[in-house]
Amino acid sequence: MSGPALELSSLRVSYGGIAAVKDVSLSVQRGEIVSLIGANGAGKSSVLKAIVQLVPHAAGSVRVLGKDVRGLASHRVVELGVALVPEGRAIFGNLSVRENLLLGAFLNRDAAAIERNRARSVQLFPRLGERMDQNAGTLSGGEQQMLAIARALMADPKLILLDEPSLGLAPNLVTQIFESIVEIAQSGITILLVEQNTRLALQVAQRAYVLVTGEVALSGESAELRDDPRIREAYLGEAIEA
Amino acid sequence: MTQLLQQIINGLSLGSIYALIALGYTMVYGILKLINFAHGEVFMVGAYTGYYSAGALGISAYEAQHRDFPVYLGLIVLVTAMATAALLGVLIELLAYRPVRNAPRLTPLITAIGVSLFLQNAGMLLFSPNPQRYPAILSEVRFEFFGVIVTNIKLTIFVVALCLMLGLHLFVQKTWTGRAMRALSFNIDAAKLMGIDTDNVIRSTFAVGSALAAAGGILFGLDQITINPLMGVLTGLKAFVAAVLGGIGSIPGAVVGGLLIGLAEQLTAGYLSAEYRDAITFVILILILLLKPEGLLGVVRVEKV
Ligand SMILES: Nc1ncnc2c1ncn2[C@@H]1O[C@H](COP(=O)(O)OP(=O)(O)OP(=O)(O)O)[C@@H](O)[C@H]1O
Ligand SMILES: [Mg+2]
Repeated sequence: MSGPALELSSLRVSYGGIAAVKDVSLSVQRGEIVSLIGANGAGKSSVLKAIVQLVPHAAGSVRVLGKDVRGLASHRVVELGVALVPEGRAIFGNLSVRENLLLGAFLNRDAAAIERNRARSVQLFPRLGERMDQNAGTLSGGEQQMLAIARALMADPKLILLDEPSLGLAPNLVTQIFESIVEIAQSGITILLVEQNTRLALQVAQRAYVLVTGEVALSGESAELRDDPRIREAYLGEAIEA
Repeated sequence: MTQLLQQIINGLSLGSIYALIALGYTMVYGILKLINFAHGEVFMVGAYTGYYSAGALGISAYEAQHRDFPVYLGLIVLVTAMATAALLGVLIELLAYRPVRNAPRLTPLITAIGVSLFLQNAGMLLFSPNPQRYPAILSEVRFEFFGVIVTNIKLTIFVVALCLMLGLHLFVQKTWTGRAMRALSFNIDAAKLMGIDTDNVIRSTFAVGSALAAAGGILFGLDQITINPLMGVLTGLKAFVAAVLGGIGSIPGAVVGGLLIGLAEQLTAGYLSAEYRDAITFVILILILLLKPEGLLGVVRVEKV
C-alpha cells in the first residue's frame, strides 16, 4: 500500500454542539514522526480520539492507512493497524502487567507474535520485564507509560498515536521514553506524537503542526519551526529580543 | 451441634443457588454499571424451561413408574434451560438496554424494572399464575451422618453450582473473551483501543450470566419443589443483596455473598424464627450499606494520573 499513513482533511469534532476541533487538515507519511503541539484545550486529544472513532467527527474526513474510517466502530479502526496510547495511559489497573500486554495482542494472538513482541517490550523497557506479574495499577506513572506503549506495540501496529507521553514524568524518564519513541520509529512504525513538551517534540519529529483552539495555526519542518519566533516565544518560553 | 451442622449444610446448598444468580448481577454491573432488575425473571424463565423440557423428555412416565429420571436427560434439561436463558439475556440486552446505553443512568434502571415487570406478567400469561410442582429430575435419597441429614439433592445442588462457578472462573481467567470482560469492567474505551468488539463482549456477559441464573432456577426447583412466575422477585432480590454484600462487580464477592446470605437465612430460620428468614437478607443489606458500602471483597478504585 502506498499513500500517507494518516490523512485528515477539514476535520471537525464537536461535543454537544461546541466545536473542540474546528478545521484540522494534516497528513503523516509512512515512516515519519510527526508532532502535534498546542496548549491545554487546543483539541489535540480530540483529534486523536476522532482518528480511532472514540468520538465521531462532525465533518471532514479521516483516512487511516488508506481507508476512510467514518462510521467504523473503534475496534474496526484499530484492526486497520493503528494504536492509540491515550492521555493518562489507560492501563488496566485491575490486571497484571502480563495481562495488559496480552490484551494489547487481542488482535494479534499468534503465540510466536506474542512472544516476539513481549521480548521487544522487555528490550525497550527492561523495568517491565521485572514486573510482569505485578498488578499494573501499582506501577509508577513512568512504568505505566512504558506499559501503555509496550501494550500498543503488541498488536504490531503500522501507525501509533501517542497522547502526551511525557505528562507528569521526571526529566530522566521523559528522555528514556523519547529515546524509545525514536527506536520504535526506526523499526518502521509511523508515529503521530501529541506533546506539550514542544522542545522535545520538535527534536524527535521531522515535521510538526501547531494547534490553536481547534485549528492548525502553523506547520512545517521541525527545524524551521524551532527558529520561528512565534514558536520560540509562545511554546519554547524564550524571550525574543527586539 | 447436629442442628447447627444441619442448618449449615442447608444454608450452603441454598446459598450456592443465590451465588449462581448473584454472578449475573455482578458481571453485568461490573461492565455496564447497570443493575439488571430483569435478572430474577431470567432465573424464573430458566426454572420453567427446565420444567417444560423435562416434561418433553417424558419425565411424567418415569415418575408414574417410580423410575429414576436418567442423569443424561437431566443434563439435557440443564443445558436446554441454560441455552434458552442465554438467548433471553442476549435479547433483553439487545432490545431493552442497548438502545439506552448512553442515556442518563436513571433511564436504563427504569427500563430494567420495566423488563422485569413485563417478564413477570408474560410468565403468568404463558405458564399460568399458579405454582407448579417441579418434576423429580432427581429422586431424593437421604443419607444420615451422626444425626445430620444430607440428601442427594442438596449435594447435587452444591456440586453443580461449584462446577459452574469453577467453569466461570476458568472462562474469565483463561479465555480471550474472559480477559476482554475484565478489561471492559475496568475501562471500556481502553478495551476498544485493544481492538475488542465491546458490544460482543457485553452480549457474552449477558449470555453467561443468564445461563448461570437458569441453572440456579433448576436447582431452586429441585430444592423448593414448587415454582411460580413471581419466584424471581424475592430470590432475585436476595441474590442482588448477595452481590452487594460481596462487593458488586466482584466475581468472588458474588460467590461469598451468596453463600453467606444462604447461611444467614437458614440459621435465622433454625434459631430465631422461620418468619424472619426473608427479613434477614434486608437487615444484612442495610448493615452492609451503612458499614462497608463497597462490600466484603469490593475494591475502592484508585486511579493514578
Ligand atoms: N467529552 C467531552 N465533552 C465535552 N467537551 C469536551 C470533551 N472532551 C474535550 N472537550 C473539550 O474540548 C476541548 C479540547 O479538548 P482536548 O482534550 O481535545 O484538548 P487537548 O489539546 O488534548 O488538551 P490537553 O493538553 O489539556 O490534554 C476542551 O475545551 C475540552 O473542554
Ligand atoms: Mg489532551
